[in-house]
Amino acid sequence: MSAALSDAAVGDTLPALSLRVTRAGLVRYAAASGDLNPIHWSDRVAAAVGLPGVIAHGMLTMALAGRLVTSWTGDPSSVVGYGTRFTRPVVVPDDDEGVALELTGTVKAVADPPADDPAADRTATVLITATVDGKTVLGRATAQVRLPA
Amino acid sequence: MIAEYVGRALPSSRPYVVGREKVREFALAVGEGASVCHDLDAARAAGHPDLVAPPTFPVVFTMPLMEALLRDPAFGWDYSRMVHGEQSFTAHRPLHAGDELVTVLHVDELRTRAGSHFLTLRCEVTDTAGVPVLSSTSLMVTAEGADAPAEAGVPA
Repeated sequence: MSAALSDAAVGDTLPALSLRVTRAGLVRYAAASGDLNPIHWSDRVAAAVGLPGVIAHGMLTMALAGRLVTSWTGDPSSVVGYGTRFTRPVVVPDDDEGVALELTGTVKAVADPPADDPAADRTATVLITATVDGKTVLGRATAQVRLPA
Repeated sequence: MIAEYVGRALPSSRPYVVGREKVREFALAVGEGASVCHDLDAARAAGHPDLVAPPTFPVVFTMPLMEALLRDPAFGWDYSRMVHGEQSFTAHRPLHAGDELVTVLHVDELRTRAGSHFLTLRCEVTDTAGVPVLSSTSLMVTAEGADAPAEAGVPA
């Protein structure tokens, strides 16, 4: 556990998070997001387009990885920027356990408020590492978060 | 074809109203348990006018706009062979239930490298008064061997 957020410093590590991604979770995300692409729920369609199996929505993996940061700050509205590359599909088996998404993060930069707005919050840039079976699934996943005073 | 769209913006979207139950549903689907996403009293106590939408919520209303463009035969993109390569969001302020948002979709860039096509789309999202709320960028990739769109910079 890092020290108080207001003392966040370059090199701090965020508390790690391990999340399960299951078929049921994919179906729930499909409904909530409106992304009904069958490669995220049909083995038949996934195989037909050459995938090793049903894969998670990249945007679901991104959202889950973002929880590493919102869990750290305790506040989803603290996230002012968030971006990633989708580098490897997350294959989700048709069983109850699904796969484990392992999340770790490191503070790469801390910025003071701009000179013309000294009352603004400090911001931290967090690099998130997301792995499944030891292999990274996101590239350069980076979030900018406001830090409390 | 695509090359003619590059550097252009599509007409403004219809206003999208962020629903309180949609925020709860989306937060549940991504496992975001923060009380400000679910509990109105908690959100207001934290200074928000309504529930806070999770950071990637804008995909709910921006992706359908992108999909409509990418599936439009006049645009000339091979949607069936596409993968989502990159995504980013920049928030100018938190997104809340009750927000009424207008999105303008920009076609920023098309590159072709080693037979793959890389299309950068950008969404500029404002409130109905035109005040910026957030921006997003998406990189869509069509793999080598897919039906080729008009080459970048080469008139169709």
